[in-house]
Amino acid sequence: MSDLDRLSLHVPEPAVRPGDQPDFSNVKIPKAGSVPRPEVDVAPEEIRDLAYSIIRVLNREGEAVGPWAGLLSDEELLTGLRHMMMLRAFDARMLMAQRQGKTSFYMQHLGEEAVSCAFRRALRKGDMNFPTYRQAGLLIADDYPMVEMMNQIFSNESDPCHGRQLPVMYTSKEHGFFTISGNLATQYVQAVGWAMASAIKNDTRIAAGWIGDGSTAESDFHSALVFASTYRAPVILNIVNNQWAISTFQGIARGGSGTFAARGLGFGIPALRVDGNDYLAVYAVARWAAERARRNLGPTLIEYVTYRVGAHSTSDDPSAYRPKTESEAWPLGDPVLRLKKHLIVRGAWSEERHAQAEAEVMDEVIQAQKQAESHGTLHAGGKPSVRDIFEGVYAEMPPHIRRQRQKAGY
Amino acid sequence: MARMTMIEAVRSGMDVSMARDENVVVFGEDVGYFGGVFRCTQGLQAKYGKTRCFDAPISESGIVGTAIGMAAYGLKPCVEIQFADYMYPAYDQITQEAARIRYRSNGDFTCPIVLRMPTGGGIFGGQTHSQSPEALFTHVCGLKVIVPSNPYDAKGLLVSAIEDPDPVMFLEPKRLYNGPFDGHHERPVTPWSKHELGDVPEGHYTIPIGKAEIRRKGSAVTVIAYGTMVHVALAAAEETGIDAEVIDLRSLLPLDLDTIVQSVTKTGRCVVVHEATLTSGFGGELVSLVQEHCFYHLEAPVIRVTGWDTPYPHAQEWDYFPGPARVGRALTEVMEA
Repeated sequence: MSDLDRLSLHVPEPAVRPGDQPDFSNVKIPKAGSVPRPEVDVAPEEIRDLAYSIIRVLNREGEAVGPWAGLLSDEELLTGLRHMMMLRAFDARMLMAQRQGKTSFYMQHLGEEAVSCAFRRALRKGDMNFPTYRQAGLLIADDYPMVEMMNQIFSNESDPCHGRQLPVMYTSKEHGFFTISGNLATQYVQAVGWAMASAIKNDTRIAAGWIGDGSTAESDFHSALVFASTYRAPVILNIVNNQWAISTFQGIARGGSGTFAARGLGFGIPALRVDGNDYLAVYAVARWAAERARRNLGPTLIEYVTYRVGAHSTSDDPSAYRPKTESEAWPLGDPVLRLKKHLIVRGAWSEERHAQAEAEVMDEVIQAQKQAESHGTLHAGGKPSVRDIFEGVYAEMPPHIRRQRQKAGY
Repeated sequence: MARMTMIEAVRSGMDVSMARDENVVVFGEDVGYFGGVFRCTQGLQAKYGKTRCFDAPISESGIVGTAIGMAAYGLKPCVEIQFADYMYPAYDQITQEAARIRYRSNGDFTCPIVLRMPTGGGIFGGQTHSQSPEALFTHVCGLKVIVPSNPYDAKGLLVSAIEDPDPVMFLEPKRLYNGPFDGHHERPVTPWSKHELGDVPEGHYTIPIGKAEIRRKGSAVTVIAYGTMVHVALAAAEETGIDAEVIDLRSLLPLDLDTIVQSVTKTGRCVVVHEATLTSGFGGELVSLVQEHCFYHLEAPVIRVTGWDTPYPHAQEWDYFPGPARVGRALTEVMEA
């Protein structure tokens, strides 16, 4: 034994902790427009470097540059800006509602609005998302009624889920939004199954799976990539890398691999990394992946590099695990401000119109909230029935559940 | 009518369902070209093509997870878990996903999937090819749990399971695949071809989920069993000469409580038999229900005969398996109490 070196365990640590100066020098950011745009039928092994770079369209001056630019009209970009502003206002109001005791729990998107809002616009009606809890932009950008979202958050008498689900665990088949579970990664492989079904039926619709940086460590992530690769499923596999899994920095899940996108390479799945705070880049990459899927070329893995500005949920305080000013140091900026600047540079927008739009959007959210609150909030007003506990476990209520419902007095 | 083994009956159930409904797909480990390690899917790929019957990677969470996604799309996947002992990697997908999708989405999405899995011991399968995990499913609200005991039921119940709008765990006692094994491992098993329940219609039929069947009428004691233990209980009744009424549950969830209560109310005595381990096994639930509903009719404490609370051993398999001698002793004991 004496001639052998003693082993020691490596436990990764973030570069900084509370009290330290924020430091993102490890995030290598290429110039906007510098990453090439390959054809969608490119062989995955020819674009391995895209898994280690960051596709960006908007430069510091607010201009859209490079081969991934030029897909969206002024009108489409203004719509996108409005969706992101709507999501931000929605979040602000719902966070406040949670603090006021109108619901038990909330999860906001601050800083990540571009990811789900832009992605939704690259899909078609009938495509199916298997989201996590931080992609409400998929609903907002598909014009799902905000009041329905709020009814769900308040678990009131009009809650589409009849009070059975945690707040923000929305469902809407009509809007291509699979019921959110609340556990992690399970939906990723389900997305692959949905896509396989679409291919089995020679349909034209595609699926998209969503996962966070932290839960890529779950075995279902691996299963999803195996099945997607094996059956060349028409699915877009999205990883939202917002740097933090509650209090755990992304290095704990990423381990020794250079990037999360690089996980796709071993499966022969084209893997792209994109600036998640750049609406135009997110849209362009999503469109590229959607076209691959629709042309039966198989899956694409996309890592969105972004930053979770807020807490994980209303149940944690980020200042306990990261520097308070870290979000200000995030080098990819704010998605709303970047698109706003771009639209101003394009001559399609102005500070005045932006301020006016902010007020309009907030007013719309407040009106929706008033309407939702008229149907009740968690502890006041209209509630789902106790009967709803027992309904819907099965299509047809079996005798033992009927007996229990009767015992409960319903 | 044709004489079928339980393997052929299960295969016929899938065949009939695939022919009737183009949305039925079958996949799992080795089920495609080869037809499954127990040959239950033999010929289905050749008949229906490789997009409706295909091999899956060795990933149970992947198999069940993709099946759930397919069901959300509108297909009706009937997947094979090669051994029930292999289902654990899929347990998250089964319990937190499949079982709750209808409930949590208020029916916006549903999960009509069937998980077929060979279960139970008696083939020298050791710890990882012999388990009976049914109680891990009956504890999960939102699932249905079926354990057939013969070819006729296996086909009829499998067709019902595939047509069911909710997720169904379909546990196939592998020791029954070729004949009504009664626990006498030293003797050759009567083949299903010489048993009346090996008579199986070739076409479509269903057996309702949630209905038990009385396999032997009797007045002295009620034996509640399912799967392989039905045949063990029948043998024990014959060998002890005790006039036992043997109930074959067929479906554990939902459970046919009426048949149980009627029988125990009549006999006043009850023995519960299963191959799975004792503690927190499904037998505990059955005994609770019997005492809740039949307490004032009981003449003796209810006895459970089960596998021991140990892993399933290899060499000592027949000392673990609750065979007819042990069940017979329990029958005698409950009669003498």
